[in-house]
Order: sequence, then C-alpha cells, then structure tokens
Amino acid sequence: MNTFDMSRRGFVRLSGVAAVIALAGCDSSAGGGSASAGDTFMIGGIGPVTGAAAIYGSATKYGAQVAVDEVNAAGAVKMELNWQDDEHDPEKSVNAYNTLKDWGMQILVGTTTTTPCVAVSTETNADRIFQLTPSASSVNVLGGEEIGADSPRKDNVFQMCFTDPNQGTASAQYISQQKLGTKIAVIYNNADAYSTGIYQKFVEEAGALELEIVSTQTFTDDQTDFSVQVGDAKDKGADLLFLPIYYTPASLILSEAKKQGYAPRFFGVDGMDGILTLEGFDTELAEGVMLLTPFVATAEDEATQAFNEAYKAASGSNENPNQFAADAYDCVKALAQAIETAGITPDMATDAMCDALIAQFTDPGFSYAGLTGESSWSVTGEVTKTPKGMVIEGGVYMPLDA
Amino acid sequence: MGLLTNLINGISLGSVYAIIALGYTMVYGIAKMLNFAHGDVIMVGGYICFIAMNNVGLPPVVAVLLSIVGCTCLGIVVERLAYKPLREAPSLAVLITAIGVSYFLQNTALLVWGADPKAFRSVIDSPSIKLFNGQLTVSPVSIVTVLACVAIMVGLTLFTSRTKMGKAMRACSEDKGAAQLMGINVNTTISMVFAIGSGLAAIAGVLLCSTYPTLMPTTGSLPGIKAFTAAVIGGIGSIPGAALGGVLLGIIEIFAKAYIGTQLADAIVFAVLIVVLLIRPAGLLGKEIHEKV
Repeated sequence: MNTFDMSRRGFVRLSGVAAVIALAGCDSSAGGGSASAGDTFMIGGIGPVTGAAAIYGSATKYGAQVAVDEVNAAGAVKMELNWQDDEHDPEKSVNAYNTLKDWGMQILVGTTTTTPCVAVSTETNADRIFQLTPSASSVNVLGGEEIGADSPRKDNVFQMCFTDPNQGTASAQYISQQKLGTKIAVIYNNADAYSTGIYQKFVEEAGALELEIVSTQTFTDDQTDFSVQVGDAKDKGADLLFLPIYYTPASLILSEAKKQGYAPRFFGVDGMDGILTLEGFDTELAEGVMLLTPFVATAEDEATQAFNEAYKAASGSNENPNQFAADAYDCVKALAQAIETAGITPDMATDAMCDALIAQFTDPGFSYAGLTGESSWSVTGEVTKTPKGMVIEGGVYMPLDA
Repeated sequence: MGLLTNLINGISLGSVYAIIALGYTMVYGIAKMLNFAHGDVIMVGGYICFIAMNNVGLPPVVAVLLSIVGCTCLGIVVERLAYKPLREAPSLAVLITAIGVSYFLQNTALLVWGADPKAFRSVIDSPSIKLFNGQLTVSPVSIVTVLACVAIMVGLTLFTSRTKMGKAMRACSEDKGAAQLMGINVNTTISMVFAIGSGLAAIAGVLLCSTYPTLMPTTGSLPGIKAFTAAVIGGIGSIPGAALGGVLLGIIEIFAKAYIGTQLADAIVFAVLIVVLLIRPAGLLGKEIHEKV
C-alpha cells in the first residue's frame, strides 16, 4: 500500500525532529517512570487511528474506552485511558509509546496491528511494563521460539486475539470440516508478518488434512494490480480463495474477481473484518465472504447487544463494533479482573505491577469470560478460545452456524 | 488463454501508464522540466471525481469533467506559483521544486481527505464482456482506457503539429529566445502546456482509480514513477514514444508477475529501463541531440 511508502519517505524528513523528541522522552521518563497518579491506573493504548489500517485502531480505541467507562462505573478499580495514534508504522508506534511513558503509563493495551507491536513489545519488555494486545496476532509479538534463541520470549506480553498460526490452522480445519472447497487458492502479502504467518500454518494444516492447494500467489504492500493473482486462481479452477490479508487489498481482489467473472467462495481471517466500513466500498462485492473471528456483532446475547449500544455512543457512529473493538474491550475488562483478583494497587511500581499481572494471567486457574468467548492464557502469552465462523449477507456479518 | 488474458491486462495497465507518461513527456518536451508532481495531480483528479460521485452524487460524466477542470486549474496555479518564478533558474532548482510540490500535494491531500483508503467506484458501470464461454473477460474500463490513450496520443500529435498554439509550443521547445523574438509569448505557452498536462492527469487519475479501485493520498506516486520510466523508455519528449513506452511497460510488468514472480515484477520493470538506456540512451523513439560545446 502506498501509505506505507509515504510514511517511510515522510519519516526520513521527520526523523531528525523525532530523534530529538525521543531523546527528550527518554530523559524525562527515566525520572518519572514509576510515578503514578494516586488511586488511578494509567492505561496507555496505541493503534492506528489514521492511515490504511485506521479502522482497526479506531475500533480498538473506542472498544477500550467503553470498557474503561464500565470499569470506572463499577467502582472497584479506577482507570484512565490515553490513546495514541501510530498510523500502523513501527517507528511512529515507538514514538507513541515514549509519549505514553512520559504521561506515566503503567499498563499498555496495544498495539493494535502486528508489525508495530513487534517493535513496541521489545520496548515494554525492556522497560518491564505489562502489555496486553487486543489484535496483534503474530507469535513474534510474544517473542516465542520462532524469532530464534538469541531473542528470548517476552514474558510481559499477552494477546487477546488468536496468534497467526492458530488462525491459519483454525481456517484450514474449518474449511475441511465444513467441506467449503476442494481446490483452494491462496493470495497473501509476503511483505507482511501477519499475512505470511497465517499462510504458513494454513499450508501446514491443509497438508495434514489433505486439502488441495492449487494456486499460491503473493503480493507486496504497494501493489494495486491483482489481475495476475486472481487470474491464476481462476485458471487453476479454484473453488475457494483463501485471503489471509487485510481488507484494503482484499477489496481490490474482490473487485478484480468480479471484473474477471470469477466467483469462488472467499474465505478471510480477522484482517477482513472492516471491509464493510471502507468508504465508497460496494458491499455487494463482499456478499458471501466468510471469515473466522471470535466476535459477531449480530449475536443475540445481552452482553454483545449492550456493547453494541455503548460502542455506538462512544464512537458517535452507527456502525456495529467489529471484533477488534470487542478484543480491546475484553483486554481492559480482563485487566480489571486480574487487578482485582491479584489485589494490585495503582501505587505499585510498574515493574512490580508487571510481575504481579504476569503471575495472575499465567495462573492456570485464571480465566476471563468476555465478548470474545472464554479466554485463558498459556505461559507463552497465547490465548485459548474457540473461533466462530461469520458470513457477510446483505451487507452485514451473520453468524455461520452450519 | 492465460497468455491472452495477461496480454489484455498488460495492455490495460500499460494504457494507464501511457496516459500518465503523455503528460510527463508533454511537459518535458516543451518546458524541458521533469514535473514530478504529475503523479500527485493524478491523485487529486481521482479525489475530485470520487467526491463528485460519492458525496455530491453527480453522474460520472459530470464528475470526470469536473475533475479535468479542477486539475487544469490546479496545474495552472502550481505553474504560476512554483515554477514560473524559476524560469531562469538552473534546471536542478526546478526539479527540487517539483519534488517539493509533490510532497505539498500529498500532505495537503492527507490533511483534507485523511489517510484512510477510499474504495473508488468505476466511472464505467457495466459488466465485463465475456468471450470464449467466459474463459476470457475484458472489462469495459480497459477498453475505454485503451481508446482514451489512442485518442489522446493522436489528438496531441495533431495539436502540436497543426495548430498555432501547438506550433508555438514546439518553437518554445526548440529555442525559447528565438521563439520570443518571433512574437511568441513563452510564459503563456508554457502555462498552456501545464494546463494540458494536468487535464491529462485528471483523465489518467479517473481511469487509474477505475481500473484499480482504491484511492489514498499516495495513489499517484508509484504509477507516476512508473509512467516516468515509461516516458524515458519511449524517449522523453516524444509523444508516440510515451504511448509506446507505457504500453510496453504495462505488458512487461504483468508478464513478469505472471511468469517470473510477483515480487520481482517492479525490479524487472526498472531493469528494462536500464537496459534500454544502455542500448539507446535517447529512448526507443527519442531523438538524439548533440550538445554543441
């Protein structure tokens, strides 16, 4: 996507200024790192509120705000949320993190997107600040074994969403169980950790389940022409097109498929969520698109409906919250529950608070029941919960109960 | 059939490059400057059309005309404010100014319209044409793009060779001083060149966004650079050269993607530029000019 190109170029020009700001940030935070505002937990949030991935960041911002308001209303724990924009850019994300540290952040809810989160989680790990990300799904966010022995696991980082491997594995299992397709094509972004991570595990699991992958095509961030990729899937006769990518390229692929008169079953992952709110997007193109996600806004249960109302009021729009909003809401609520259970107080030093929260989250007896299902965490920081299938019908997400 | 599909896609992409390249080559050929802001005028054209259609609800034809008028005015204003004061300055100063204008337009667009990508609805809303039992589909946008490209190329060639203004442009291109002595208003002529170039950019913007329906402040930059490459391959300053270079580049890009690899496509496109410049430094249809010392 061109935005990234622009921000890179923009960054070169701004880097001098940014370096000065970052240095200034280090100075003041060294003195005031463990300071806190008395009886209130200072919760920082980072995610793209502008830029190509803005839909995710805005959703997480408002979702987290709804939860903070609820927690404060309940009274047992007091929280204040400060949300910073990172435009889905790692450098800007680290700058946002430094801004929050100056502000006196004790716990980080974020970052929303994966690539910036890998950078920021390294910082929180070094600074001993507890971090719970709503939606950054790569294992590299957690450290994990995949980034090598010289880079140990980041024990302070936890996820509310599935890791990429789990999304890829779950997608393959779902497609196989529901017999959604016999010949599968995949188009993924091989310049993106999120997309590549899902793709690798999908292929692995598809092999084990004997799903036939007939076409594998890649693209990189700047591309807008998908005629070759879609054409290849069409020529190979794929009846299911798996798209482990974000919604902006997905919208171009759907449009290209229509242009070529190709109508397979489209199957996406959580990055697809948000496509319906893309300005100017013809929602008919997304008709019948399936995706795996832990949250369905059209679900009938009371908690989901109440969240829908609160979210609409907080965001000032008529759109239903997507799963990113629900994940962020669950992050804050899970934190509140952990804080209460472990008896953590706002006057604790951030590193002591971090250790206490790690102990609480990895406690085998600890689980949190929220909008995105019953969640519990492994010692590696990964979450365990059951994904739900969704299908887009008439311009809205409907649960897939087949 | 796959080969034919790729060829059609290549020609379609190439025609978009060609229209952008025509704008580049026109300005270079006459004003002897590289207008790097050309790609960003394309983006502005796309936004004007998007807003006219989606937010104001105007019919596509009116939206396209509005976009052409808007970009033409923008081109004239940019020329008057940024380039005209530098008429006597060294070409490097003008080049840097053009890059500055490019950033200015991108960041203004970022402020005005935000960074969120918009899904552009094609101005030509009719289903694809199916051939050979649906094995081969041709989108109407591609056909319009190719036709527009040919029409613009022929139109520009006739304009520069037959009309009084066109002849004045060629005179300015050859020797500004002599043209002035012959009673040609060089400043007006160059402003006119920018007006035409920017009007072409609007058409290119609308067709680009109709073919690849996404619009953001940086939409024009990569196609702009590729089209510049196309203009250089074809021989910068040559009108048929720009069209040829554009179409060739489009076909090479799509074929490279299909048969070599999607990651390598851009690298191959620029490698072709290097090879062409090594063999024919003036480009495929460019005239070699020997500088007298």
